[in-house]
Amino acid sequence: MHLLANDEANDRLHKAGPVVVSPAMQNAVDGRLQGSFEAPSQAPSMDHLDALEAQSIYIFREAFARLKKLALLWSLGKDSNVMIWLARKAFFGRVPFPAMHVDTGKKFPEMYEFRDRYGKEWELDLKIEPCPPLETIDPTLPPAARSAARKTEGLKLALAKYGFDGLIAGIRRDEEATRAKERVFSPRGTEGGWDVRDQPPEFWDQFNASPPPGAHLRIHPILHWTEADIWAYTKRENIPIIPLYLSRDGKRYRSLGDSDITNPVISNASSIDEILIELDRTKVPERSGRALDHETEDAFERLRVAGYL
Amino acid sequence: MKPKTPSNGCASLAISDRYELNAAMNMSVAPSTSSTPNGTTRPQVRIVIVGHVDHGKSTLVGRLLHETGSLPEGKLEMLQAVSARRGMPFEWSFLLDALQTERDQGITIDTTQIRFRTKSRDVVLIDAPGHAEFLRNMITGASQADAAVLIIDALEGVRDQTRRHGYLLHLLGIRQVAVVVNKMDRVDFNAARFAEISDEISAHLTGLGVTPSAVIPISARDGDGVAERTPRTDWYVGPTVVEALDALEPARPLEQLALRLPVQAIYKFDDRRIVAGRIESGHLATGDEIVVMPKGKVAKIKSIESWPVTPVNEIQTAGRSVGITLDRELFIERGDVIAHVGSGPRDTRRIRARIFWLHDQPLLPGAAILVRLGTKETRATVVSIEKAVDPGELSSMETQSIARNHVGEIDISLAQALAADPFTDNPRTGRLVIEVHGRIAGGGLVLSADAGQRAVPVNIVPVESALRPDERSARYRHTGAVIWMTGLPGSGKSTLARALESRLFANGGSPILLDGDTLRAGLNKDLGFIPADRTENIRRLAEVAAHLARNGHVAIVAAVSPAAEDRAAARRIADTAFREIYIATPVEICESRDPKGHYAKARAGALHAFTGIGNDYQPPAASELTIDTSILSVTEATDEIERMLVRSGILFDEFVDLAANI
Repeated sequence: MHLLANDEANDRLHKAGPVVVSPAMQNAVDGRLQGSFEAPSQAPSMDHLDALEAQSIYIFREAFARLKKLALLWSLGKDSNVMIWLARKAFFGRVPFPAMHVDTGKKFPEMYEFRDRYGKEWELDLKIEPCPPLETIDPTLPPAARSAARKTEGLKLALAKYGFDGLIAGIRRDEEATRAKERVFSPRGTEGGWDVRDQPPEFWDQFNASPPPGAHLRIHPILHWTEADIWAYTKRENIPIIPLYLSRDGKRYRSLGDSDITNPVISNASSIDEILIELDRTKVPERSGRALDHETEDAFERLRVAGYL
Repeated sequence: MKPKTPSNGCASLAISDRYELNAAMNMSVAPSTSSTPNGTTRPQVRIVIVGHVDHGKSTLVGRLLHETGSLPEGKLEMLQAVSARRGMPFEWSFLLDALQTERDQGITIDTTQIRFRTKSRDVVLIDAPGHAEFLRNMITGASQADAAVLIIDALEGVRDQTRRHGYLLHLLGIRQVAVVVNKMDRVDFNAARFAEISDEISAHLTGLGVTPSAVIPISARDGDGVAERTPRTDWYVGPTVVEALDALEPARPLEQLALRLPVQAIYKFDDRRIVAGRIESGHLATGDEIVVMPKGKVAKIKSIESWPVTPVNEIQTAGRSVGITLDRELFIERGDVIAHVGSGPRDTRRIRARIFWLHDQPLLPGAAILVRLGTKETRATVVSIEKAVDPGELSSMETQSIARNHVGEIDISLAQALAADPFTDNPRTGRLVIEVHGRIAGGGLVLSADAGQRAVPVNIVPVESALRPDERSARYRHTGAVIWMTGLPGSGKSTLARALESRLFANGGSPILLDGDTLRAGLNKDLGFIPADRTENIRRLAEVAAHLARNGHVAIVAAVSPAAEDRAAARRIADTAFREIYIATPVEICESRDPKGHYAKARAGALHAFTGIGNDYQPPAASELTIDTSILSVTEATDEIERMLVRSGILFDEFVDLAANI
């Protein structure tokens, strides 16, 4: 299957460096020539997506300024692709830290194809880290959660290998109830665990960025975005996507995980516009296709306390 | 929207009149123009629900989600099934209590965000815990909100946490508050009981400068007054909760205020040198003349950089994360604030702030803290604490320290100058947080940004040394310091100061002796011995010593400095470089030594205001070191001082690897 091709997006993506002339700028220049030199051009008012983008860029720059060794967790899904796009905006075209794919080896072929292509085109410092076999994982977890827990273990191995003190992850508050309780800068214990009962206060965009020795921070630059925001922004910015998100034979994936524990939802949405209309009407949760969320009422919480994203 | 001004005087009005007025005010929905992803134009407003534990916050949120048709499919059924399995009756609050730990304890321990829609708004509801234990989470949640709903149990009335949350809304800068009086079913929907609570809370909030936009009687459990009016509150004419939420406004970016761009970083990924940050207020454009504070250096904006299209020519307004280049190479660093020339923030090393405190250990005068203001961080010392109270208590005793979950006003001395505004001038650059051991422990509003320090006249341009402090300390093997020796005349200050000077110099250091009497012969010869002159004498000594310390030298001050207040002032000036040594030699020994013959003269009545005979010496309570020269030899005493300087990080044995510090 070919990757979703949006010619305009690709044209822009091939050039990571600055593009010098844009229609907006041309208009501005024309405006000046017509004698409005005193007032350069109208201040564009910020819309909802502009506000989200500005906040995410702020978080990226805070993380880069305050932590020593960062990595961005690239799950290849729609959220982490938006996240990489935002990182490139924050750092003027470059992602100045590695993009790490903790690979269960069970992703969809389209996802691997996407990774290999855009890892190069976006000039990412791509690190692909394996996960340990299922037999090594806590057998008391329900089957899908146990399978997903491999990723947590893979993450711990990668942390030990590189010594990152900050991991940037693309989780969102609206995805799932426990994620709603996350901080933007979220301290993790030395074992990667999340102590939800003892989270430090976080306000006024002042972040706790001093992990104790051996521990690390999770940084969540798109915590405040919604699923609809992600799609609207993906469309506005022409960010490439994996075609599995679009409807084929009456079904599409709303959320992409391991191929054995992720199911498509019934949908006829075959474009981002149609996805946005669908989201406006649906009451079905985004992660309904993720088997691990529904096994037992606390399975997801148990995973997250142990360090799952 | 002009809110009503409730007061106890309103009680004379008929209840229906009062709420008609209220309703009319609330229905004037001002248009706002932020667009949502689906292309429609709907304002998004973030609302936090606060109040005392068990007054029904989570129940109200659950009910709101249901009434507005916002629940995910199957969620209600799932939770009803869970309740049945656990053998407990279904509660609306279960919707929010998604965490295992919460269900076990029955209280919300952290903030949850829930989205739903009213007729004209996209609402993000932030449910904040009411339990006093989790005030840090309430603050985390509330700080993200544009407006607040304060919930009160009709039976219990206004409680300590109700008042505390009201106070914190004020400190967090949230000015739009709707009050909900819940559980009206438990007081038989009694109008008089409602009026009583309404008057009490309105008076409390108004006293804090927060005017409630509505006070609404409801029963969240049964649904009365949430989305629909009911006959059970037919005496009430104001808005329902949903209508009140519809009237709340999204916070507006601070475009009308002066430009403040706190610098997050300088990027040199290519040949551009980009200054990056978020515009907190005002706007900027290419060609603007800017000043970098607190350094006061001036430049012009050469370009506004972006990606994938760059440069951009549009004016950039508050809220945007931007990158700019300047027309000249200035030394700019993270923490500086860029402003327009002529409307810059204050440059200060002293701040007075009204803060809330969240740390387990109370905040004490003299505490060493880390202050974060914008992107600037600096070490600081708490000089004094006033008006420390529990905002939950009606009449709280003032204390000398700020306990956990209490508030107070503090005077802070900063190790490095920073740029700040009083919060009344700029809410963004007028607030700070305090960190202890790498964790945020409190925060608050900047009341004033000079706290009694004289302002530096604008035409004075301090010239900075060409050397960095670490370049000097690498050579001297010590950092800059002020060693302040205080004690009675004849106690041995000058002798020890000279011995210490020789010792440090012999070890390759850069000690400089500042003897009180010696400086009185020149710099301070205009000063006498009345208290005001003594204070000025100490101030000048401290300023000179602090200047030397900032440039990497060890200034050794030997001065009687009898007044504790004057020495405290000297410590503020030299800040973290200050080390006080009390030379506690008994007065009889001092008088028997009498190296300058002063005791003899004073005894003879020839010397007035002589410290020692006049008994006006105030011994230090918390000096870094105390030495009695009647017990120790000069060498032993010098050894003691040297050990203290090693312990407290002034002297170090190893050469500092300069490269590692760059």
